Formats: sequence, structure tokens, C-alpha cells
Amino acid sequence: MTAATRAEGQRRWAPRPLIANRTARWLVRLLVLAYLAAVVATVDVNWVRVAEGIERSGRLLGQFLRPDFASRWSDSRIGILESVTMSLVATVAGVLIAIPVSLGAARNLAPLPLYLATRAYITLSRTFPEVIVAIVFVVMMGFGPFAGLLTLTFASVGFVAKLLAEDIEDIDDGQLEAMRATGATWWQVVAFAVVPQVMPRFVGLSVYRLDINFRESTILGIVGAGGVGATLTTAMSRYDFDSAGAILILVIAIVLVLEYLSGYVRSAVR
Amino acid sequence: MPVRTVAGRRAWQRTSARTSALAFTVGVALLGLVLWSWELIARQTIWIFVQDAPEQALNLFERMLPPRWAYAEALLRPLWDTLNIATIGTLAGVALAAPVALLAARTTTPHQSVRAFALVVIVASRSIHSLVWALVLVFLVGPGVFAGILAIALRSVGFIAKLLNEAIEETDPKPIEAIRSTGAGPGETIVYGIVPQVLPAFAGISVFRWDINIREATFLGLVGAGGIGLQLNASINSLRWADASVILVAIFAMVLVSEWVSARVRSAIT
Repeated sequence: MTAATRAEGQRRWAPRPLIANRTARWLVRLLVLAYLAAVVATVDVNWVRVAEGIERSGRLLGQFLRPDFASRWSDSRIGILESVTMSLVATVAGVLIAIPVSLGAARNLAPLPLYLATRAYITLSRTFPEVIVAIVFVVMMGFGPFAGLLTLTFASVGFVAKLLAEDIEDIDDGQLEAMRATGATWWQVVAFAVVPQVMPRFVGLSVYRLDINFRESTILGIVGAGGVGATLTTAMSRYDFDSAGAILILVIAIVLVLEYLSGYVRSAVR
Repeated sequence: MPVRTVAGRRAWQRTSARTSALAFTVGVALLGLVLWSWELIARQTIWIFVQDAPEQALNLFERMLPPRWAYAEALLRPLWDTLNIATIGTLAGVALAAPVALLAARTTTPHQSVRAFALVVIVASRSIHSLVWALVLVFLVGPGVFAGILAIALRSVGFIAKLLNEAIEETDPKPIEAIRSTGAGPGETIVYGIVPQVLPAFAGISVFRWDINIREATFLGLVGAGGIGLQLNASINSLRWADASVILVAIFAMVLVSEWVSARVRSAIT
């Protein structure tokens, strides 16, 4: 536990280092230093511009803290409503599609080809950020909340299916067997042994995903996929930071409500 | 025990009559809400554009394939920038998050009002999407990698501080009390009592956030905050889809590799 170091002839106690191996520790330190040197050499910062920015940030913060809800109210209202409805429908649709997908992605239930296909889909949908997926959907479907809805559904399926599949793989076989021993049919086994084991986590995941979907829906408008993002970008590019501040406060408030709701639902289901 | 009399015999039910009624009401209300939301989205959608989506998709894939692999060479610098935005942004976020977490944790906060302020910082940082942070920072410090680094840092503060805050609140009070009883001041108590206990969790959280940040750094360029998103935006705007597909492959590879590295490092630490 104690690594003693010699200082002025006295034994002194020093806390245990995070990396136990001495060579590895120095190698890591050296690599970190080399990396930082490379970063400093390649990232150029326009300090004059940054200094101007610090001056501006005071004004910006002042405007953000005096939010103006009135002047862009109709746009903000439609945008927020679009974001909320988009994320709600996408969560429900995503969760419904995720159920069969998760069965295919559970190694203890699915044959190998199906398993590989569903896992490939899950990796694909989880790797690409929502905004980038939205760009592709906007090209295919045109501008508007429908493209955003498809984007969020696409991402929700991958997210919920992955976590749900892990849960199904961890399911307790004893309860399945107990149900079978009473002579239950397949549907009864699913209803009374599988669903009760997976349900609390499933509901928790769905509410959590609703929360994520809403946060994402607030920026999809930047690429034209509906929601409050379009209004937010317009407000920012016209330097209407008081309107932008109002939208951000609405977003934060809704996220807080969703977080509270998800905590409440999760504790109610458990 | 929920038991109901069915056809003169007592039959066991999984849920009591009251729970079933409640579940039914919630279900119907949710269904109504989803249908109303869908109606709203459908009204905002131009269905003529959606109808030719299969054609558009086919057209898109024709233009994207084959990818123009020669373009990959020009992507090395943007990929390096993306890595720097995520890594330096995470480091800065970690540095900012540690004091915020100490101020927010019930066990270490100097005062209740300080704790409330720290919690507001955490909520604001977490609720606002990194793309919105990037929009604000591009306005403040000008377009480029530096704006991206700051956006990632400010976005990470809330996430890291929230998890670190929970880790601090769960620390074992005994070692802390032992150190305090040796006459250590508040600073020494934190360094020798709390830090060793939360260090593994802290390192794990930071690496996890780094992996998320790589994914987020890939699209910050859409609003001018540096990284590979800049090239993606440019190639899409000029309809160079064969280049865009190379970029998408590069993003996919980078996110996958970072996820693998993060998982390896986390399993090595904890």
C-alpha cells in the first residue's frame, strides 16, 4: 500500500499511483506530453479574436439572462411543439420496432445469421450521430419533421434494441422452467416469465430514450429536419440572443420535466 | 394476492383489478397523445416529397457509390482535428467538472446555496446540445477548432460533474473521518480522503465521456466549429456525394475505434 520515497534521509509516505508499473507510468506520461506538444503545434488559435469574444460574451450572457419570449413566440411555440411530438412518436415507434429486433439480437434466442444482421444494424444506428443521419433523411424525404421523426426512430431502435437484448440474454431460466412445468403455453411463458423480468428495465429504457430524443430533436432543425432547431439557428444568426435565450430556457425546462418524469416512472414500475 | 372469481372458481391474476384499470387508462391516454402528435407531424409534412423517397434514395446511393477513395488522403488532417477537439475538450471538461462536482456533492459542498448554483450549472450544461454550444462559441471566438474544443468542454462539464457528484456522495465516510481526526484541513481531507476513493470512477467517467465526445466532434463542423464535419458539410453542399461517402466511412471507423479503446481502458482501470 505505501510506496516509500526517500527525501532528505527521511522515509516519507506517498499515495499509491494509479498505474502500478513504473515503466508503464513513465511511458504514459511521455506519450501524453508528446501528444500535447503535437496539439499545440497544429491547433492555431486566433487569440485576438478570442479576446474580442470574451468582451462579447458579457453582452451575450446579459441577453441570454433577459430572455424575450414574446417576439418569436409563434415560431418558438410551433418549433417546441414539433420537437415534443417528434420525439414522442419516434420513441413509441422506435420502442415497438426494437422489441422484435432485440429478440433477433439476443444470442440465446436467435440463429447466427439473424443475430449478425440485427447486430450490424444496431452498430450502424448507434455509431452515426443523429444530425448526420438526419442529413441523409432530409435528402430522401424533403424538409420537415417527418425526416426528423425517421431519424429519431432509426436511432431509438438501435439504442433500445441493444440494451434490451443484453437484458434478454441475462434472463433467469429458472422462472421460464417453472412456468413450463405448470403446463403453460408459449404465450403464457412469455407473458408471465419473460415480460415481468424485462418490463421494469424496458419501461425505464423507453422513458430514458424519450429524454434523449427530445434533446436531439432540438438541433435537428439545423439541417432542416423539423423541430425548434430551425428557430434557434435563425435567432442566433440574426443575433437575437434574447429570443435564443428564451428557447434555451424552454428546452432546459422540458428536459427537467422529462428527467423528473423518467425518475418517477422508473421508481413506479420497479 | 390478486385473485378474481372466474366462472365460479377462484383464479389467480398477475395484477389486481385496480392496477389493470390504471394501466388501461394510461395506455389509452398515451395512445391518444401519440395519435394527436402524429396528426400534427403529418400536417407539417409535404407528402409529395415523401412519395418519391425510394427514387431519391436509389439516386443518392448511385451517386455515393463507388466512394472516391482518393479523397481519403485529404481527410487525415480533419480526422486529427476531430481527435484533438474530443481529447482536449474532454481534458478541459474534466478540469472544470472536478470543482463543480465537489461544490455540488452534499458531503463536500461549503454551503447549500453554492450547491444549488453548481446543480444549475450541471443541468444547463447537460440540457443544451453540443451543436448549440458550438453555435454560440463560433459566434464568440470565431470558427475553427478552438470553438469546437470549448463546445465539447462546456457540454462535458455537466455529464462528468453529475456522475462524479454521485461517486463523491457514495464515498465511505470512515477514511475521511480518520484523516480529519489526524488534524488535516479541508484541502488535505479532499486530497487524501476523497480523491483516492473516487479516482477510479473519475478516470472511468472521463474515458467514457471521451468516447461520446469523439462521436459529437464529428458533426460540430456543420456549424463551423472544426473537425471532419466541416468537410462533410462542404461535400454535401457541393453535391460531391462520392466524397461524402468516404467521409461517412471515416466517421464510422473513428467512432468504432474510439468505442473499442474506451471499453478496453475502462475495463483495465475498474
